[in-house]
Parts: sequence; structure tokens; C-alpha cells
Amino acid sequence: MTTTPPLVLIRDLSKSYRRGDQIIPVLDNLSLDIPAGEFLALMGPSGSGKSTLLNLIAGIDSADSGRLEVGGIDIRPLSERELARWRAGHIGFIFQFYNLIPVLTAFENVELPLLLTDLPRQQRRDHVELVLGLVGLADRSDHYPGQLSGGQQQRVAIARALVADPSIIVADEPTGDLDRHSAEEVLELLEKLVHDFGKTVIMVTHDPRAADKAHVVRQLEKGVLM
Amino acid sequence: MPVPFAYSLRNLWTRRLTTVLTAAGMALVVFVFAATLMLGEGLNRTLVATGSYDNVIMTRTSANSEVQSAVERGQAAIVESRPEVAIGANGAPLLVKELVVIINLLRRDSGQSANIVVRGTNDVALQLRPQVRLIAGRLPQPGSSEVVAGASIARRFQGGGLGETVRFALRDWQVVGVFDAGTTAFNSELWGDADQLMAAFRRPVYSSLTFRLREAGLFPDLKTELESDPRLTLEARRETRYYADQSEAMAKFLRILGLTLTVVFSLGAIIGAMITMYAAVAGRTSEIGTLRALGFTRPEILIAFIAEALLLGGVGGIGGVAGASLLQFLTINTLNWQTFSEFSFGFILTPTIAMQSLLFALVMGLLGGILPALRAARMTIVEALRQE
Repeated sequence: MTTTPPLVLIRDLSKSYRRGDQIIPVLDNLSLDIPAGEFLALMGPSGSGKSTLLNLIAGIDSADSGRLEVGGIDIRPLSERELARWRAGHIGFIFQFYNLIPVLTAFENVELPLLLTDLPRQQRRDHVELVLGLVGLADRSDHYPGQLSGGQQQRVAIARALVADPSIIVADEPTGDLDRHSAEEVLELLEKLVHDFGKTVIMVTHDPRAADKAHVVRQLEKGVLM
Repeated sequence: MPVPFAYSLRNLWTRRLTTVLTAAGMALVVFVFAATLMLGEGLNRTLVATGSYDNVIMTRTSANSEVQSAVERGQAAIVESRPEVAIGANGAPLLVKELVVIINLLRRDSGQSANIVVRGTNDVALQLRPQVRLIAGRLPQPGSSEVVAGASIARRFQGGGLGETVRFALRDWQVVGVFDAGTTAFNSELWGDADQLMAAFRRPVYSSLTFRLREAGLFPDLKTELESDPRLTLEARRETRYYADQSEAMAKFLRILGLTLTVVFSLGAIIGAMITMYAAVAGRTSEIGTLRALGFTRPEILIAFIAEALLLGGVGGIGGVAGASLLQFLTINTLNWQTFSEFSFGFILTPTIAMQSLLFALVMGLLGGILPALRAARMTIVEALRQE
């Protein structure tokens, strides 16, 4: 019997931060496998290392030691420029405060990751319209973030995360700033990304209701997986 | 593909008050910069355009201007007989022996007196200087106490208008015509019959000789020959060179004054732009983190913020040039320090000056924006994303 290799393979990953003369360990020899198509929730108290782990998987932070492969690629030796282009193609980001660019319209915000590809203008337009339709905001493409509700902004952010067709979507407290109804909508969308589009979603959350939607919930405490 | 241009443009629009204030500071500096160049250009054109390249002016050796010069009648006759002097339609040499004297006239508006050049000449002068056109009345009759006035004199000095009378050299002189000499210094002169003016001022000598060369290329050899002729003690200059020499001192003063002001002001404007751009970076830290997370590289972020600073400089530049272009409606009346006489010139905006001014504004924007843009590009993604 052959086993499918995990999409994310983490072995003995350690990360610490320096504050003045002090070295503060955040992740301590952490190992984890995340198969493709999984909806994983990372939970734990503040400072437990959830967001740091997410950042390392997403390639926006670098580990001190250990092994980190995503889609069979060891991302730790990649140069900053290579890592930037790798993120553009493989990772979709969803943030707690949406992190949309306020001076760009919903359409332009969603188009941003595609500007880093070779897609011609018309194909970019088609992709953006498709994903805005998926999140139910096709009619709001000309709106600026300030003209949208929190829930709508987060749906635009999900469209942006999805538009370049990445294999992994990382979501840091995606419902943390939303009311219950909007949070439900966002979580349903995340479930849809996993079930209908085969995406792997890694979500950091404090919200047990959000965690309930995940296939797998892992607890982190003081940099160690429970 | 870089960060969209709309990102830089709309961010400036979003902070329009700050943008306008910062750009206005830069516009002021560009205004001073452009005005300095325009003044130099105006001065240069007025004085240099006064001369023609194929005309030669002869003055006493080491005289800086016609006013300080003296050419004896015998010397004039020697020069007049040279074969290099062009011959006019009537078979006479295209050469004019002129007397230049300074007189005082009262201004129409303030009643104050000012120095005016009176030029004793004849009708060959109009053939030598095609830029001078009679626009009203007629030329003075030879042997009469009549003068023609340059348009600027007719407009601005008492007794200078057509049909009016000016008094100098113990005589009344009737203004029988007005000529327009474009932007040249002749516009601020009175012209009369040379022999009459020499008699009135009791001057036995001319001030200068001006003649047209048969061929412009004959000048170098002719200059050598004339200046080495022991009978002459005269200096030969192309008319363009002569007037350029006249503008030199004032042009240099204006250039030094203007550029000193510009440098001092531009430091203030650069610091202003720097503060604005640092504030822009500080206010958009989280956005920078997001763009970097999405895959935009440090150089791409750097370019986006530099583009913003350049746009800021561009807005200031366009504003400054637009403001300076209005100066073209102004005319400066001042003393020509070489002749101690009044002359008028304007600000002239050329495409080159406009381009230099815009480039200057862009350089100010770049200098103001480079450090904040580097700060934006240097941020680590995680730290930038933490700023909400």
C-alpha cells in the first residue's frame, strides 16, 4: 500500500524571537503533517505560537531550524525573491482585519495576486469576476473596501486568496472581527473551498464555533502541539 | 508586474490636503527656479536678439559699451572703405556711424527721471536691423530736430509719444514716428539724425560703427586685420557677441541670486516631501505587509513609494511651471549696468526651461521620497502585518 505524502511536512521546527538580550522560544521542535484537502484549525492561548506556525507555513517568516516542505518543496533555503513568487503561486492569505488595500476597488484588490502572474488582462478579468461571483459579490466589484461591510470585506479577501488558485489557504482569525452572521458566511465559504475546490485550509482561531467546522483541530501550547 | 500605478496615485488623492500642501511647497521652489531661468532667458533674448550674427560693431578698444566708446571720423572712413562691408541696394555701404548718448526723461506714471539712450543714426540702420519696424509716423528728416521713439519709450516716458516733444541738448525734438523693435533693447531708445545730434551734443566723434558683412564667414580675418591696424585702435565684435557681453554681468547676478534662493528653498521642500512620505509609510505599514505577503518583492514596494514621491514632485512641478508661465505677462524695466540706461525685458518660458523645472521637481520628489521608500521596502512582513 502506498501512502500519499502530506502537502505540508514539518519536522523538528523551532523558532524563537529575540527581545533585547532575551531569547524567547515560540516553537519548540514541532512536527506536523497536513494532508492535501484538509481543513485544519490551530487553537491555543495567545502567545502559544499559532500565528508563528501559520506564518512559517505561509513563507512569510523563517524558522531557526528544522524541516518545512510544502508540496514537496523545501521552502527554507529559498531566497527572499523566490519565496515571494512561491507565495504568490501557492498560498492564499486571509487576515483577521481583511487587509484589503483601501484605495483599490474590490475588483482591483482581488486582481492583485494575478498581477504577479503572466496572465493577460482579459484572463485576469475573467478570473476575478469568477471568484467575486463565488463569494457572492459580483455586483460589488467597483466598490472600495470602505463602502463594504466587514463580512463583505472578508469575502473579498477570500476571493483574493482564491484567485491565483493556490493549493493552501492560510487564515489568521478570519472570523475574529465579524458578527455571528458574517462569521457563519465566511466559515461556510471556507468549507466550500475545501469540499468543492479541494483546497487545504489552515486556520488559526480562538472561536470554538469556527473550529467546529474544521476536519482537524490541533491545540498549541507554549510552542508544542498537544 | 509592479504594484499598480493606481495604488500610488489614489493614495496621493486620498490624502489630498497633505498632498496639495506638500506639492504647493515644491511648486513655490519650482516657481523660483523657473522664474530665474526665464528671467535669464528674457534678458539674454532681449540683448542678444538686439544683434545680428552677420553684423559687426566696432567700438574703441576696451570700451565695454557704445556709451564709453569714441570713433573718429577718419577711422570711420577707413572701415567704410573695406571691401568686406556689404553694399546696399543703392550702392552705398551697409554701414552706419552712430552716436550714443544718455539723456534723462521723466516717466509718465511716476514722474521720476530715468536714463534713456539717444542714438544718432541714419536710415541705413533699419536695413541693418530688420527687427526694427516703423509702426507709426515716419522717419526723421536728415538735418532736422526730429526723432523716432522706440515703442517702450513712447508708452512710458513723457514727451515720447507720437507728435509729442522731448527736450534735451538745449533743443526741442519732435517725435515724428514710433518704431517697434520686438523684444530687443532698441525698443527703449530714441533715434535721430546722427549729424544733428552730434552738433547738438557738441560731440566731434561717433560712438560706434555697425556694418553688415558681405559674408558672415569673413569676420575672423577682418577682425584680425582691423584690430592690428595702428590707425584704428578699435575693437571689432559680432553684434550678437557685443550684446551678449552686455547681458553678462546682469545675467550672472540673476543666476547666482536665483539659484541660491532655489537651493535654500529646495532643502525645505525636500524635507517637506520626506515628512509627507514618512507619514505615508507609517500610515500604511499593514498594507505594505499585505502586499509583501501576497508576493510583491521589496524592489516592487520601493518603486511604488518612489512613484508616489515622483508624482508628488510632478504635481509640484506642474504647479510651479504653470505659476511661472504667468510671469510672461510681466515686463521688467531696469537699468542696463553697461550703458546706465533704461531697458525692458520680460520672462520667457521655453520648452527647455519647462522641462528643466519639471525635472528639478522630480529630483526634489525623488530625494524626499527615497528614504521613506527604503524604509517601506525594508520592513519585515511579519512586523508590518502586526501594525493594524
